[in-house]
Amino acid sequence: MAFTHEIYMSLAALVLFCTTLTDAKSGTPRLIALALATGAIISSLIAFGAHGDLFNGSYRVDTFSQSFKVLIAIGFFLVVAFGEGLRGIERENVADYFFFLSLSVLGLTFLVSGVELLTIYIALELSSYSLYIMVPLRSNRFDRQVEAGIKYVLFGAVASGISLFGMSYVFGLAHTTKLDALLEIYPAIAATPMGLIALAMMFAGFFFKLAVFPFHLWTPDIYEGAANETSGVIATLPKIGAVAVLIRLSGMGVDSGNFAGLMVLLAIFSMTYGNLAALVQTDIKRLLAFSSISHAGYMLAGILTGTINGYAGAIYYVGGYLLMNLALFHVIYSLSRDGSNVSLDDLKGLHRKAPILALTLAVGAFGLAGIPPTAGFAGKFFVLTAAFDAGYMWLVIIAALNTAIAAFYYLKLVRAAYSLEEAPVAEGAPLATLPFSVTGKVLGVIFTVFILAVGIFPDALLDLFRAAVH
Amino acid sequence: MGSFFAENILGFPILSVLIFLPLAGAGVAMLLRGDKLLKGWTLGIMFVEALLSIPLWVNFDPNTALFQFGENHHWINALHINYALGIDGISLLLVLLTTFVMPLCILCSWKYIDKRVKEFVITMLIMETAMVGVFMALDLVLFYVFWEAMLIPMYLLIAVWGGDNKAYASVKFFLYTLAGSVLLLVAIIALYLSQGTFFIPELMGQSYSFAFQFWVFLAFALAFAIKVPMFPFHTWLPAAHVEAPTPGSVILASVLLKMGTYGFLRFCLPITPAAMFYLAPVFLWVSIISILYGGFVALGQKDMKKLIAYSSVGHMGFVTLGIFLINLEGIQGSIIQMVNHGITTGALFICVGILYERSHSRMISDNSAIGSFMPVYVAFLGLFSLSSLAFPGTNSFVGELYILIGAFKQDKVIAFLAIPGALLAATYMLRLLQKIIWDKSDGHAHHEEAHADEGGHANHFFDINIREFATLAFLSVFVVWIGLMPKPFVNKITTSVTNVIANATASSNAATTPQGLDGLWSELTGGSSHGDGHGSSDQPGDNTGHDAAPAHGNPTEGGH
Repeated sequence: MAFTHEIYMSLAALVLFCTTLTDAKSGTPRLIALALATGAIISSLIAFGAHGDLFNGSYRVDTFSQSFKVLIAIGFFLVVAFGEGLRGIERENVADYFFFLSLSVLGLTFLVSGVELLTIYIALELSSYSLYIMVPLRSNRFDRQVEAGIKYVLFGAVASGISLFGMSYVFGLAHTTKLDALLEIYPAIAATPMGLIALAMMFAGFFFKLAVFPFHLWTPDIYEGAANETSGVIATLPKIGAVAVLIRLSGMGVDSGNFAGLMVLLAIFSMTYGNLAALVQTDIKRLLAFSSISHAGYMLAGILTGTINGYAGAIYYVGGYLLMNLALFHVIYSLSRDGSNVSLDDLKGLHRKAPILALTLAVGAFGLAGIPPTAGFAGKFFVLTAAFDAGYMWLVIIAALNTAIAAFYYLKLVRAAYSLEEAPVAEGAPLATLPFSVTGKVLGVIFTVFILAVGIFPDALLDLFRAAVH
Repeated sequence: MGSFFAENILGFPILSVLIFLPLAGAGVAMLLRGDKLLKGWTLGIMFVEALLSIPLWVNFDPNTALFQFGENHHWINALHINYALGIDGISLLLVLLTTFVMPLCILCSWKYIDKRVKEFVITMLIMETAMVGVFMALDLVLFYVFWEAMLIPMYLLIAVWGGDNKAYASVKFFLYTLAGSVLLLVAIIALYLSQGTFFIPELMGQSYSFAFQFWVFLAFALAFAIKVPMFPFHTWLPAAHVEAPTPGSVILASVLLKMGTYGFLRFCLPITPAAMFYLAPVFLWVSIISILYGGFVALGQKDMKKLIAYSSVGHMGFVTLGIFLINLEGIQGSIIQMVNHGITTGALFICVGILYERSHSRMISDNSAIGSFMPVYVAFLGLFSLSSLAFPGTNSFVGELYILIGAFKQDKVIAFLAIPGALLAATYMLRLLQKIIWDKSDGHAHHEEAHADEGGHANHFFDINIREFATLAFLSVFVVWIGLMPKPFVNKITTSVTNVIANATASSNAATTPQGLDGLWSELTGGSSHGDGHGSSDQPGDNTGHDAAPAHGNPTEGGH
């Protein structure tokens, strides 16, 4: 059945809603969530080959949407799996946390299947609003979460307002909100000034989700203010959805030189600005926030080509980004025993305290830096090849130079973990080791193996993604 | 693609075995415990690796320019990326150099590395995989993967086991070399988009337009010049050498620097010959500057490692000089000299490491006048120093002689300017030798006093043990062997070099080379101003019938 996964995810959200009504211990909702997330991967795989339409062709299940749903389900599973004990969240809110998380994932699941503007918009809002609530759920021991939550809501509301406004123009110009029709009609309209403005405004909402310059301003503060586990979610899952929508919609405009030029500019500014700002960060979550802005630029570089290779490269890129980013968040989360933020200094001596975590961190960081043989390198390579092929030579050169800038701050992470030693608490006192669960170790190994394996054998995945965007 | 390969007479994929054996060894090392066992295991693996590489030498057919022991499998079909391996006369000696130097690196770190041994041996094994891979890869992407992947273990080697200033030196090394090679990636993509393949032999000898060659050459040359390193890109080298532990310095000097010069021969000359010929005079002068600059700076060093590091700049200047002469003697000499430099400088770094283990100082003044305490050691040091200054009868003499013969054939001014480089080498090496062995005045009295209560100098500078002796004796065999009988080595490389030069000359003559700076400017800007990088429809090389070529061309206006 084509819609197994949607039905499953809705039921899962319902089950998690029921846990919020009970007085369950904090461990129970997590176990339920973990079981449901495992089920989500299975159901997304079951529904993988399915095809079907709903609601008069505004909701479509195809290889494209199903590939993304698998990615989202994997991401869902990973963020639940490493959030052992939810240290940053008050006990009584744990059930709510998982409920809103599952709602957000449900929204993203709908989003990647939407082929009609309003469907897309509603799915996007479902996933966004759940995230808005998750940010201030951080424990009251910390003081930035409310500020971050309000910033997120306000920025998000403005961005989706602009996006909706743009959609109204698009509808006014093209007299339809169906994507199939728009992809035929709109390229001609996109060449006109009005068409360009409408398109740019509509894309603003998705650029906001992807944290593309200049819609990035929320990113560092929200990463910093939200609980570690929430930042991990915000850093990864919505980006998958945003890439899916941008790929679906980009056909409306990338053939028109002006819009493509605009996207090239945004990509260049994103990668350069994100990297330069990340250089001076000491809070690792802020560092990752700026790095995510820069990665958004690379994803955009694949999307703006409008070619199969570019789209497939962008999907591959966002998949690799998901793995590597979550690997780093796993390290952050495991290091922070009380749920507080982690700075570069806290990484010192990690190689001794927890060798597996240090390895996970190193592989994740080198992956994000784009050093082979990791998924990060393969993704960058595919995206840049596609962009070069589409004629954007300068974009490729700037992107390549940016790799060298980015290496510096990723290297800071590795250097702190492997090369620097922490100062002993007292003279002669034995250095503490990190109590570290078996699950955490297993997850660390899984991240390491997958980042490398996906990077060394990208062939099957790439073929799959090429088929998906065909 | 089979036409590029000679038949693999060994009957099994020996190159893959050589690449993956150390990696498998690293996997097993993860499970082992105990420092001695780990080092022993690693030494064993590397020893087997070295033995396994001997059949390459024995079975290598010196009469063919084809790639030998080749393998070619599909890897990433969507982009026509292959797992293609093969060696020819240019890479054979470098592969052997790598496999033979690596066990010595473990030997010389036997006592030196005493913390985090497991991580160390795993790093070393992964390093060997990557380095051997670089010299064997015949696919640009595969090459790039090995080339970049090598940075990680090398970075860790300096950053974890390095000296006091390791954090600075390791980051500088990583960023410098990475920055050099990011444009290499762009050039690789450009080549792919023009020919539809990453397979290196197929990319050779195509008639690319001059402008295209020019930019691709520059992107390649930047990466390689940083790796060599050529003046003015050498500043990372002294920092990295000084801070690296002994095995790190040996790997850097013996193998890593060779990758730059290997790159010039493997990529620049066959793929972009017109640009190579056109820009060769510039690189000849840069080589001369490297030789003289490295020599003069080495003269003033008080730190032994720094001195040898700067001497490397000078010696590698000779190698690049030979390459950019683009004649048979020059390139033969440069390949021989790459091997020589690997042996001699590697040995000198091991020598410095031996002293450092005794005195815990790299300063010349702290290690002076040890001749009477360490006679055996001093004999070896003397031999390697003589080799370093290209004394007749040692290996470097052969290499430099070839290069100078090539230089005199090509350009007498260049050749005359290179001679002082050899003199400088004699000056700084003999000065080092004199201070370390005999010097009585400089700080020696002070030294005696300082150690008087511990039983004096002798206690401190005990002579080398069997392990150190074996390491140095092994290397000195090659110093003398290549020095007295270079013929077997030269024979192995001649056919490949002749072939590369002949092809490059032919296709360079076919291309139109611009005259003067104005000509260059109009060549680079004329025609399609943006077309030289990605545009392929205007490349004459495009009609060679690669139906696999991706849909290229049609650049969108927004891109510029």
